[in-house]
Amino acid sequence: MQTSLLGKTAVYAVILVGALLFLFPFVYMILTTFFLGTNTLPKPNEVFHVTPNFANYETVWNKNHFTTYFMNSVIVTSVAMVGSLFLGALTAYGFSRFPFPGKEFVFRIFLLTMMIPGVINIIPQFVTIKGLGLVNTYWGLWLVYIAGGVVGNMFFLRGFFESIPKELEESVLIDGGGSWRIFWNIYLPQSLPAMGTLAIFIFQGTWEEYFLALTLIKSEALRTLPIAILMFNDKYATNYGQIFAASMIALLPVILIYMAFQKKFVQSGFNEGGVKG
Amino acid sequence: MSPSKSRFAVGLRQWMAVLPYIALGLIGTAVFVLYPMIKNVLISFQNFSIMPNATNAWVGFDNYAKVFEDPNGKFWIALRNTFLNVVATVPVNWFLAILFAVLINAKFVKYKIVFRTIYYLPIVTSWIIIALLFKYLFADGDGGFVNYILHQKLGLLPKAISWRSNYWSAMVMIWLFHIWKTVGWGVVIYLAALQGVPKDLYEAADIDGANAGQRFWRITIPLLKPISVFVLINLVNGAFGFFPQVYFITKGGPMDQTQVIPSLIYTQAFEHLKFGPAAAMGFMMGIMVFLLTYSQMAKIGKQRMF
Repeated sequence: MQTSLLGKTAVYAVILVGALLFLFPFVYMILTTFFLGTNTLPKPNEVFHVTPNFANYETVWNKNHFTTYFMNSVIVTSVAMVGSLFLGALTAYGFSRFPFPGKEFVFRIFLLTMMIPGVINIIPQFVTIKGLGLVNTYWGLWLVYIAGGVVGNMFFLRGFFESIPKELEESVLIDGGGSWRIFWNIYLPQSLPAMGTLAIFIFQGTWEEYFLALTLIKSEALRTLPIAILMFNDKYATNYGQIFAASMIALLPVILIYMAFQKKFVQSGFNEGGVKG
Repeated sequence: MSPSKSRFAVGLRQWMAVLPYIALGLIGTAVFVLYPMIKNVLISFQNFSIMPNATNAWVGFDNYAKVFEDPNGKFWIALRNTFLNVVATVPVNWFLAILFAVLINAKFVKYKIVFRTIYYLPIVTSWIIIALLFKYLFADGDGGFVNYILHQKLGLLPKAISWRSNYWSAMVMIWLFHIWKTVGWGVVIYLAALQGVPKDLYEAADIDGANAGQRFWRITIPLLKPISVFVLINLVNGAFGFFPQVYFITKGGPMDQTQVIPSLIYTQAFEHLKFGPAAAMGFMMGIMVFLLTYSQMAKIGKQRMF
């Protein structure tokens, strides 16, 4: 298929303008983090003429217990991620490999819960966690994050688990291993790309989760990064350089992980089991 | 042993075999998802308070009446905005996604992965931070970047706009925020789908002398139809479920004019402590979303969504 030079130029022009539109806000944000004035909105002319420096990053990192909030988020996110992956995989394995009466019914209930927007559940989830005496603890957060995500994670992994050939299980069975060994030695290693993709989704979702954390966590010392950043924003509303330096630090882990693994990403949704390059 | 009893025994044995794997998931879902859904319905019929020792008296449909009889009509405004959000964002989002994907997929385009990565970048960033960034870009006066470009540089606006202080400009800002943040998802889905479009169809079309536009409308669009159904359903649901888009940009302001139901539920419950009316709105929204999703699923038949 031959495309004329004019056609090629037009195509490149459109996708380059698109790329510029998606990249520019990030560039403007990064330039703003180099801006040192604290009392006024940085004017575009000022933003375009900043000298790169890390003064704002240093200030933010050492100010307002930022490192505490960062570590809080690391703890909350990593436990929630490991717990969600394990429980999601375990449940998906049960549903993809075992026949049992009432499976269809359980599936329908699960699908129903997927359709209902999560915000509706925040009020009663808060009441439930309060009833368990877990308000203002990470256990409360972890329980809701892990238990609230298990249905979606199960649906995501089930497709991959079902595409694993049954013949692979026979080697374990011949060696005298049972269902547990099949899960651990066959299903988990065989679905690493899917597990990895899901891990990134869960990481991102938990790392930036705001509403539940705001509702459940009351004491300042336990706050997570998203809450800290919004409070920081309310407190130093005009200190744009520092607000965006803090934002950049919060964004960096997710962006780095995404860039590192994006070639191994699996498309979720329509082509189950397919690994896309 | 009677056949029915043996079937019961088999079923029991099957349950015992699967239970170690699914028990935790079932209990977790029951306690933290299903029970809250039921509890939400109960709260919607109570004069509910989170204070200890509150009586939480049953009040029938009072909370629902309060929602509908609100003198400012907040619920109706939120409902109207929800439909506006769908109408304003879904077509743009869909068209940009398929356009960018098809162009990036053109044979001669180099660095496809770089383009895909850049387009997907907004998806992996946090709603909160991008909302802060958008509020900064759309700041009032000529110091805000968007005003600076549109008013001072290009002269497209007669004066600098206070984007978040007026209903329509706030809505436009929320839509732009949503589209910018989510277009990459559609692009990536379509790019993956395009890998499966057979090349020889295009070669045949070339021989017949079809131009780029004809190839796009007569081959690409029809072949991608199943994926487009999937993409459109997700875009409609996404636009229907606006929450961070509104909460982090305007908090529903000015004067609750830009609220959508989720943000209204959240602010009514946790800022005004009106849990009963918030739960009533939640239950009504749950039913609406269920009917919407259910009708979509019935339409596309048994095609698996997950």
